[in-house]
Amino acid sequence: MSFVTDTFRPSPRFTVGLVAAFGALAGLFMGNAQGSLLFGIVAGAVLGAVVGLGALALAEGKFPVSRAAARWAIVILFAAAGYAIAGLASAVVAGLAGCFFGWFATWIANGTYRRGLAPYLTPRQVLWYYTFRVIVWSILIFLITPILVVMPLSFNAQDFFTFTPEMLALKAEGFSLKHYHDFFYNPDWQQALWNSLAIAPAATVLSVAFGTLAAIGLSQPHVPFRQTIMAILISPMIVPLIISAAGMYFFYSRIGLQGTYVGVVLAHAALGIPFVIITVTATLVGFDRSLTRAASSLGANPVTTFFRVQMPLILPGVISGGLFAFITSFDEVVVVLFVGSASQKTLPWQMFIGLREQISPTILAVATVLVAISIVLLTVVELLRRRSERLRGMSPG
Amino acid sequence: MTDATMDRGSADSGPMRAADGTPLKRSLARSLRMQKIRALALVLPLLIFVLVTFLAPIFDMLFRSVENRIVEDTLPATVVALQDWNPDQDELPPEDVFRAVYFDLFLAAEAKKHTRLGTRLNYEMPGISSLFRGSGRAMDDVAKDQVEAIEDTDKKAWRDGAFWYSILGGDAGQAEIEEARSRFIALQGESARGPVGQSWCAVRGVLGAPCAVAPNRTDLKFGLSPEAMALLPRTSRQYAEFGVFAVLEDGDVLQEEDPWEAVYVAMALDLTDPAIAPRIASYTGPGAEQLQAAAAAVATLPAINFKDAMAAVDEEWLDPEVWRTIKVNSGRYTSGYFLNAADLKLGSDGVEVRPENERIYIMLFKRTLIMSLIITGTCIVLGYPVAWLLANLPSRRANLMMILVLLPFWTSLLVRTSAWKVMLQQHGVVNDTLVWLGIVGETGRLALINNQTGTIIAMTHILLPFMILPLYSVMQTIPPSYLRAAKSLGANDWTAFWRVYFPQSVPGIGAGSILVFILAIGYYITPELVGGTTGTFISNRIAYHISNSLNWGLAAALGTILLVAVLVLYWAYDRIVGIDNVKLGG
Repeated sequence: MSFVTDTFRPSPRFTVGLVAAFGALAGLFMGNAQGSLLFGIVAGAVLGAVVGLGALALAEGKFPVSRAAARWAIVILFAAAGYAIAGLASAVVAGLAGCFFGWFATWIANGTYRRGLAPYLTPRQVLWYYTFRVIVWSILIFLITPILVVMPLSFNAQDFFTFTPEMLALKAEGFSLKHYHDFFYNPDWQQALWNSLAIAPAATVLSVAFGTLAAIGLSQPHVPFRQTIMAILISPMIVPLIISAAGMYFFYSRIGLQGTYVGVVLAHAALGIPFVIITVTATLVGFDRSLTRAASSLGANPVTTFFRVQMPLILPGVISGGLFAFITSFDEVVVVLFVGSASQKTLPWQMFIGLREQISPTILAVATVLVAISIVLLTVVELLRRRSERLRGMSPG
Repeated sequence: MTDATMDRGSADSGPMRAADGTPLKRSLARSLRMQKIRALALVLPLLIFVLVTFLAPIFDMLFRSVENRIVEDTLPATVVALQDWNPDQDELPPEDVFRAVYFDLFLAAEAKKHTRLGTRLNYEMPGISSLFRGSGRAMDDVAKDQVEAIEDTDKKAWRDGAFWYSILGGDAGQAEIEEARSRFIALQGESARGPVGQSWCAVRGVLGAPCAVAPNRTDLKFGLSPEAMALLPRTSRQYAEFGVFAVLEDGDVLQEEDPWEAVYVAMALDLTDPAIAPRIASYTGPGAEQLQAAAAAVATLPAINFKDAMAAVDEEWLDPEVWRTIKVNSGRYTSGYFLNAADLKLGSDGVEVRPENERIYIMLFKRTLIMSLIITGTCIVLGYPVAWLLANLPSRRANLMMILVLLPFWTSLLVRTSAWKVMLQQHGVVNDTLVWLGIVGETGRLALINNQTGTIIAMTHILLPFMILPLYSVMQTIPPSYLRAAKSLGANDWTAFWRVYFPQSVPGIGAGSILVFILAIGYYITPELVGGTTGTFISNRIAYHISNSLNWGLAAALGTILLVAVLVLYWAYDRIVGIDNVKLGG
């Protein structure tokens, strides 16, 4: 079967036509941006057709060069042309375009796009196969664009929220670390950072301690009212934050906790508990109960059994539950907005004010720092999850 | 050991026994009970923690949505006096109601709580708050002639707190004073502290935030004279209320304080009372001479007409609608907030629709619902292909894609919202790119933010992972061979997908949709930041009522309605997916 697809070559007309069409499409946008639509389309199509012909000749073995070398040649040619027309930035854009067209043309001309697909697929099915992938990848790009845009913008030398011409031209004076400097030296932001770092760990410790105990209790074979208890413990995750915040504001001001550090910690601990319960209960599902029985039969008391036998085994679940609780508190803004007072202002709160009132670009620097923290946490959780699954023999490797 | 063998030997003659000789059945039951108790003991600390820190606040909010003590607490005597008045007839209440409202309002104005009541009643009858605000200021001038007449008889004596105390003070009247004290506490909106409150204060003391001394535990250091209570009942009652206020609010000693005007007015009423006048003439106790002089001075003046006095303060007191509003809303519990939340109000003949310009909540609920549905819909459309590809790729490449889904999921909500705020601006990245590509003109930049479009784009982005993850976990369980089988039996691509694959993925769509919808209808931060005025949700209105308009009852009622909606959906989610199956981070 494989040699059928390996030797597949599309017709030359198809290759040249398709690459030229893509060239025309790119030319359409470029021409539109530069103000001469028709010229852009024609130039793009001609350029595409030339690249397509070259790829065709390459695929038929008329040039004595490797495919990689040919692609590099196209990239360099495009970049040089771009540089000649409008400097460094357009050289980068043109180089990227060359990269795409070089790859695309050889990919089509050699019939590589059919490799790995079932040989009986009709052209329409192949077209759909790739269209579908393009759609999915555009959705994925939609998902991460905000993060990708925020990171470079945080190095903006101006107080603007868009890319300045200097940044687009990749000039050094377009970039600076001044927003990071502001974040690390502005007392407002530092106060907010320290408040966050004081509140989140305290809330995490509370939710992990109570939550782990309760999860162990809930995973015992005979628990009366298990469903009801579970529903109550999960409810902080389900009830909309604004309602939790309103209720806590009313109730905590009755008992004098509104506007105190203790109040905010208690509120955040309550919000983090469902995450601990869910992750730890999930870990305990695979826990072999005979291990604790073995420990007790060998003379260990329940406390020793817990810390020496059960705890090390469920630790990954506990840690990832703790990380969830930490990030819940660290990211939380609605509840702290109502339960806290100005002296408990956390990082998200400061960002919220920054966004609503004096929209300041320091937010972008803070956002980048927070994204970096999330990436680290995500990696830790993912590694823990894999380790725990491996230990329990749930997944190979 | 021998016992056990004996038991085993005798097992055929009785019930089976455990090693210690108890019947096996009972022994097993006991061990089962022990297990249950142990499990509960492990769960109990957290349960109590969640009850106190989370469920109690929720119930407090539910309670606040119907609580209505403020009218009765501020105008207790008026509420009692109004009981016999029929609001349906178009006539004013009798004189004793006006007298009651004077004394009630006088105290409320001194405690500066009359505006609070005005604000509360303003929710029911717009414009009434200015009546209360204005009247509170003018209460000192009611029956000014009588007050001055009494004072003019002996300025030195009547301006001396010790003189007043010599007439009215004593060792009795504890019941009257306690009544005045509980009225004061109710008026201040504080709660009397019981044993639980006392122990809570001990905890707060340890935490470094001690409570103030509770007003119901302060020693007032005064009493009333039994003779004066019999002779001058109204004066004594007003004097007790003044005394409680002077001690608890101002921290004064009653024996040194010249009482406020309301006590003079009460005395004028007592002195002109035909039943009391002859007893004044024969009175020989402390201050008899001054009292008789005062009685003579007051007798020359016309009797106090409180209806006219209140009308002089503000003409609006002669509007029966004002009295109807007070009477209709005087109950301890009210449905007013819920009616308001549904754009209704309680008129004199039952529930009626609010005027056109005051109706916003039905519209807001509808908007929240429709926009949440749109967001759920776009999440399905965008999430389905991604989940399908994730479930059908080899695991190495699927893991890479999964990271792209999980990264935004883990990124701070505010980071993502700020990113959209930055990108969607008039001169943001999206508009700049569109202009550069020539798709829109420089003047035709799209308004993508501070409207519904902004909210929908940003919230779809934020909630998309919550759709993809449940869809993915359902699609993973659908064997790909089904699709191949369908095709080999002659179905084309579309039929195979629509008739074979799609029905099996519906549970995933259901789970994801409910999750996204639940999260969407309660969202606050994102609509607040990118929604402008047209893209806000009901939750923004709740926040507004808590922190800006201070209409907490209405905020609680709106919150309760939202909570009920979410709980119904939660219940449905539990039935379809099961809360135990909630998975985090794939």
